[in-house]
Amino acid sequence: MMGALTSLWHSLPLLIQLGLKIIAILGPLMLVVLYYTYAERKVLAYMHVRVGPNRVGPAGLLQPVADAVKLLFKEIVIPTNADRYLFVIAPILSVAPAFAAWAVIPFSDTLVLADIDASLLYVLAMTSLGVYGVIVAGWASNSKYAFLGAMRSAAQIVAYEIAMGFALVGVLMVAGSLNIREIVLGQQGGIHQWYIFPLFPLFVVYLVSGVAETNRSPFDVAEGESEIVAGPHVEYGGMGFALFFLAEYANMILISSLVVLLFLGGWHPPFEFSPLTWVPGPIWFFGKLAVIAFLFLWFRATFPRYRYDQIMRLGWKVFIPVTLIWILVIGVARVLSPIHFVFR
Amino acid sequence: MKVTVAEIRNYTMNFGPQHPAAHGVLRIIMEMDGEVIERLDPHIGLLHRGTEKLAETKPFNHSIGYMDRLDYVSMMCNEHAYVLAIEKLLGLEVPLRAQYIRVLFDEVTRILNHLMWIGAHALDIGAMAVFLYAFREREDLLDCYEAASGARMHATYYRPGGVYRDLPNKMPKYESRDGKASSKTEERNRDRDGSMLDFLLAFTDRFPACIDEYETLLTDNRIWKQRTVNIGIVTPEDAMQYGFSGPMLRGSGVEWDLRKKQPYEVYDQLDFRVPLGSTGDCYDRYLVRVEEMRQSNLIIKQCIRWLNGHPGPVMVDNPKLAPPARTEMKQDMEALIHHFKLFTEGYSVPEGQVYTAVEAPKGEFGIFLVSDGANKPYRVKIRAPGFAHLSALDAMSRGHMLADMVAIIGTQDVVFGEIDR
Repeated sequence: MMGALTSLWHSLPLLIQLGLKIIAILGPLMLVVLYYTYAERKVLAYMHVRVGPNRVGPAGLLQPVADAVKLLFKEIVIPTNADRYLFVIAPILSVAPAFAAWAVIPFSDTLVLADIDASLLYVLAMTSLGVYGVIVAGWASNSKYAFLGAMRSAAQIVAYEIAMGFALVGVLMVAGSLNIREIVLGQQGGIHQWYIFPLFPLFVVYLVSGVAETNRSPFDVAEGESEIVAGPHVEYGGMGFALFFLAEYANMILISSLVVLLFLGGWHPPFEFSPLTWVPGPIWFFGKLAVIAFLFLWFRATFPRYRYDQIMRLGWKVFIPVTLIWILVIGVARVLSPIHFVFR
Repeated sequence: MKVTVAEIRNYTMNFGPQHPAAHGVLRIIMEMDGEVIERLDPHIGLLHRGTEKLAETKPFNHSIGYMDRLDYVSMMCNEHAYVLAIEKLLGLEVPLRAQYIRVLFDEVTRILNHLMWIGAHALDIGAMAVFLYAFREREDLLDCYEAASGARMHATYYRPGGVYRDLPNKMPKYESRDGKASSKTEERNRDRDGSMLDFLLAFTDRFPACIDEYETLLTDNRIWKQRTVNIGIVTPEDAMQYGFSGPMLRGSGVEWDLRKKQPYEVYDQLDFRVPLGSTGDCYDRYLVRVEEMRQSNLIIKQCIRWLNGHPGPVMVDNPKLAPPARTEMKQDMEALIHHFKLFTEGYSVPEGQVYTAVEAPKGEFGIFLVSDGANKPYRVKIRAPGFAHLSALDAMSRGHMLADMVAIIGTQDVVFGEIDR
């Protein structure tokens, strides 16, 4: 049976093989995004002494499906004075990179769609592209609220992209590779090998910048519910809004998975002894991912929102110097042999 | 080729009336330089219901219910000012127990209002949790409202000459959906075995811990401090000139509280302190209001102690002013006539004009009442604290960013019921 399937697989043209692989990644990803929104509402609700969605399906489990269906069937309204083409393109611009970045994410040692050499650079490029969707949406909507949101988003992304980039520079200095799979392999051998310990400041900077990059509370100034209502999303409804939503959550999961891969040992168990090593790598990966993804929700339930200029101050005056100093520390430590072993 | 540089102009932005931070129906026209507010112009009147004019067309005792609907988060305090005005014209002496009940509910109302404020203010600044935590406690207090008056919000509980009825001897209880006893229902009914006062006493015992909970989320939170410290500073002189009152005035460090300066009811016999701010920014006003909740809690405790030991009448013994008991009405012709006259024609009030004010949670809530000797007021003027506060929004927000303006609206604690009237 297995042999027949394998031979069938190999007889398929390369493009179809690729297409099937992409579906195999995106399908579950969409499902995870769907239930991530459900988890968010439930987690938030319990933190707020509420119950959360519990009407559609058992324990409200079909709520995200109902939401998706509702958004799908809504009429697409394009404001009269909006730039029609950009208005339609913006959500696509936002969601496409959020999905494309998953091409290079390794779920285990062998489970990766495209094991390219500079996959870290590719991820960085893709996550940065996503912001164009937001900026274009804000511009095309021809609304002051949307425009303010787009400006905030553009300014914010510049600051945090740099901090994020520098945090990644630290990782690649220690790992000596731009390939995410090799970076994870460099953390093999137990929890003490994970990069979170030697690179703790970079870990914090990366995680917080990730929250900022995905426009999540307490850095959700671009959306700023109580200030500019929904920022760039103000004029969107139905499918357009759903795509932005999809992109935001896919990005949150992407950032969580990158944190896991770069700092928390990816698919490696924390200790290399028997009951833990029986658990397959992808399970470890998703377990760690869930913990980081939970942090996003926790932040949202707890923190007030930063003001736009305060975010900029945090980005430029705190995060970038911290990352620069730590890169210097790594560089010096790698040259000086006595403490060389810490950073390998 | 001639190079022209585009002229950079400020732009105007319309904020509200449909806006998540508009606190109802506030509409603001802002002139903005990027994110910075150059000038703003609050527009009012979208919730105008003509309360003052309505009151002129109705007997004195029929308008109490309208007062609830002015500032709809501090209902009984509004009634209080109106009822005091009628009593002053009539020269009525209210029974001591009724005075204590009024003070008790004034302070319950203050906590209700401040809970609503802390939730909305935090929500404006982006902290969602506090809002729902505050509503959890509000629920208990609204249950007290309901037990005493029958209504959760618009109570019409204070009447000229006292209060509508004495405090109930038992609290309503939750029932489980299927009628069977469950641990969840038991948990909810925990403090509801005794009288309303017992329930309220249990509440005052656990409430300080709840305030601590809000404070752990906000007071020392770096983001909260960055968003409120040095935002919307009002100097004491300015605060007085703008006509500020209540926490807005005390946040600027002016010691002025009608409960202390012009004690009404039994406030002079109660032990409480008035918190003051120093810089007059949003953070100070936040601290002042939080401390006011703690002080109100203490006042409620003192009132409960007194009320438990002193039963007595809660309404003046004057059939021309106070409705007769229902049982009496079924037997006694006189009582029936009095009831009918009271609730149709009301009563005439001696000629004159009075101003009475109470320290409502938002500030000085005053009623100016002119009577020409008829059964209806000649003129009612309502002095709403929020009106003066909102008119200073422009001065407080200039030079701040859009996000700060939202924080300033939050700190002003505006409610459009009383501003638009």
